[in-house]
Amino acid sequence: MLRLKINGREHVIEQTLDESTPLLWVLRDQLGLVGTKFGCGGGFCGACTVHLNGAPTRSCQLRAVDMVGLEITTIEGLAGADGKLHPLQQAWIDNDVPQCGYCQAGQLMSAAALLRETPQPSDADIDAAMSGNLCRCGTYTRVRKAIHAAAANGRRRT
Amino acid sequence: MNARIHGGDLGVAALMDQAEGRVTAMPVSRREFLTVSALAGGGLLLTLGTRASAQAPPTGGAPPPGGPPRAAQILAPNAFIRIEPDGSIRILSARPDVGQGIKTSSAMTIAEELDADWSRVTVEQSPVDAAVYGSQNVGGSRSTPASWDPLRRCGASARALLVAAAAQGWGVPESECRTAASLVTHVPTGRKLGYGELATRAAALPLPDPASLKLKERSEYRIIGTRVASVDNRRIVTGAPLYAMDVRLPNLRYATLLRAPALRATPVSGNYEAVKRLPGVRDVFTIEGAGSGGGEAITAVAVIADSTWAAFSARQALKVLWDATKGSTDSWSASSKRARELAKSRGPQELRKAGDVDAAFAAAAKTVEAFYSYPFLSHATLEPQVTTAWMHDGGIEMWAPAQTVDAARPWIAQLLGLPLEKVTVHLPRIGGGFGRRLMYDFMTEAALVARRVDGPVKLVWSREDDLQYDYYRVGGFHALKGAVDAQGRLTAWQNHFISFTADGRGPASGGNMEMAEFPTAALPNVHLSQTLLPLSTRTGPWRAPRSNGLSFPSQCFLHELAVAAGRDHVEFMLEQLAALPAAGQGMNPARAAAVIRLAAEKSGWGKPLARGRGRGLAFYLSHAGYFAEVAEVSVDAQRKLSVHRVTVAGDIGLVVNPLGAEQQVQGSVIDGLSAMLGQQITMEAGAVQQTNFGDYPLLRIGSSPAIDVHFVNSDMAPTGVGEPALPPLAPAVCNAIFAATGVRVRELPLSLAGYSA
Repeated sequence: MLRLKINGREHVIEQTLDESTPLLWVLRDQLGLVGTKFGCGGGFCGACTVHLNGAPTRSCQLRAVDMVGLEITTIEGLAGADGKLHPLQQAWIDNDVPQCGYCQAGQLMSAAALLRETPQPSDADIDAAMSGNLCRCGTYTRVRKAIHAAAANGRRRT
Repeated sequence: MNARIHGGDLGVAALMDQAEGRVTAMPVSRREFLTVSALAGGGLLLTLGTRASAQAPPTGGAPPPGGPPRAAQILAPNAFIRIEPDGSIRILSARPDVGQGIKTSSAMTIAEELDADWSRVTVEQSPVDAAVYGSQNVGGSRSTPASWDPLRRCGASARALLVAAAAQGWGVPESECRTAASLVTHVPTGRKLGYGELATRAAALPLPDPASLKLKERSEYRIIGTRVASVDNRRIVTGAPLYAMDVRLPNLRYATLLRAPALRATPVSGNYEAVKRLPGVRDVFTIEGAGSGGGEAITAVAVIADSTWAAFSARQALKVLWDATKGSTDSWSASSKRARELAKSRGPQELRKAGDVDAAFAAAAKTVEAFYSYPFLSHATLEPQVTTAWMHDGGIEMWAPAQTVDAARPWIAQLLGLPLEKVTVHLPRIGGGFGRRLMYDFMTEAALVARRVDGPVKLVWSREDDLQYDYYRVGGFHALKGAVDAQGRLTAWQNHFISFTADGRGPASGGNMEMAEFPTAALPNVHLSQTLLPLSTRTGPWRAPRSNGLSFPSQCFLHELAVAAGRDHVEFMLEQLAALPAAGQGMNPARAAAVIRLAAEKSGWGKPLARGRGRGLAFYLSHAGYFAEVAEVSVDAQRKLSVHRVTVAGDIGLVVNPLGAEQQVQGSVIDGLSAMLGQQITMEAGAVQQTNFGDYPLLRIGSSPAIDVHFVNSDMAPTGVGEPALPPLAPAVCNAIFAATGVRVRELPLSLAGYSA
């Protein structure tokens, strides 16, 4: 049995899992949190990015058994509990960032971690923070634009 | 099964003809069919279909439950409009979205002619049923041109019904009524009624006479031509389950396949019993290969488990002895070596001969010879191939990222010996296509696996599977020779194209020559020949099939000749275009010249550049889209390439959704750059050597250039934009590298010559 704290809630996995099972597959197959995507399984593409105590991490490279006691946040937990979208999610919609959309959960999780650390990022900050997230459709131009828009939105509110 | 897919050009010729038509109110086609009916509980349902011929009714299928009446013959509606009494409008999209934005742009087209309030419109994916929805394929940048006229007439018919209902209610002539934003207004009195209030009454009226249907003039458009964001965005950014990879069902099992390293080698024996006993593993068995072309499943060993990870892990433990008798022996290095030898002479198959190239070479002021090559490429959709299949109630139910369900569904029925109506296919949103989802090999595999599993089973490809068992963009080699005269005019062009054949007869998919490729169509002296090398590796359409490879040698070589002639590249290209007849030959030279001029103007062509920088230009016509691109680059001493800016000028006729069109262009530029920098698939002893994004790199955000997109303001009918912006990118960048450094790149990817991004 495995207890994981995900999106502020404790999840209990009753099934006996092989110790090698990555967090990604526990999220997707055991818990049905399929917003976190499988893209490469090798830590190259970032589609599986989640937050671990706030830090962006590739869930395909983490063993689920090592995650006990840590705060895990997935794309399903990025919006507020009241359903209010994270400013980045809103900026993603406003700037029409997605094309096929498959990589975007990972992009958003990396961007959210960036804005928490660096509320007003430069293009170089964005390129550095987002370099681990591949987009096959080539939405990078709008990823940059939407992060700047969300940052500007944050400036206006403070 | 796959003649259509392996036909090569995906109906581009027909598309070209259509693309040259102007946007006008055309008479309704006899094959089109509209029905109107009332919704239970009030409201209106309008169905657009195509009437199948009486001789050849579409196969199988029960009438749509509660659906529109079936007139003389079966109907194949391909769009639905539902107007509810509360004024909400639901548009059903029959074709799946792979990121090309068709769900959004087709709904915009209907809503435009309907004069709908866009904020009250929702778009949903329709179920799959050829008998009800007609073709549900997407691909070849054809969705937009194929549905442009029918969708507009569908929206206009619904609007006419609503106007008629309002006019009758008020007892006024229809001519006194206007529509806007889901309201009918009686102009003289200012009375207004909403579409929701009118829908039930409108549903009882006869359909308008198609001949009297008036479509909007372009100046009247309120939705088309505006920037509309994708209708699925909210679901995407919240991580809602949208994709085939996300399908979850009670008692779902997970499957993965171990395929032979050398394509089509077959398993002789293995430690199947031992692997079956591993934790979480349910079964291990072999599936016999079936199907051909795009639906081919190769013989493989299947592992069925309780989770994806258990299946992947157990596969690692499999030890299988393979019989290589039927296996591929393809070798990229051997083919490359052979091509370089063959390049010394003309090819055995003469494809086109005009004038006398030898005489022109002898008389030339200058001749140039060059050998170009480009590699095999994988599609590398970020969502790997995946299908969930479930045999139940005497049939099969499937969830698949399928772009060619029209072909896949009857094939699965044939494979499993089922009547067509017992094959149910769901079309989730697709996590990237680029041509890969035109194939349905993964559906064949899933069906074969599901036959042996009690309950639903999800077949998941790993990234390694995805890169190693793709239908690749075929590589190719070009031995070119050209001549310019003393006045600097292009006089002769010779190309020996060394490509591949899978069947020993014709070129492999995507490996055929374009006979009238720019600039050869108007040249007096042309010699095109071909050699086909044998190939077992599977090939298929990759974004802008054929053009994606051919554009690189031809448009770089054209630049080489301009340089040899001492001419400006823009001027040199416009001179070739001026020699073309105004119409015919598949290319409209005025449209080509316009995009070249626009790209030159917007990029500052001819103006001074910062030290070390160079500009390069290329033009290409593919999938009815005219695109010219200018790249501005610099290269440092370690051959680190910086692409600072790409200026794109395109003509795709009327642009339905400028936001969506811009995205496709930006994506094509990044895709083109990504591919040319470091991507190549190599086979040795029949096995693909690349494994994951570590050795098959995609461009990262820091290397993506600024991209300026400009569309020619055109009144031509709209054509697709998923593909035609890709082909000019690689030659534009290579021409820019030459301009910046004097080094000519003739082999892709650039990483082979030590370039990095």
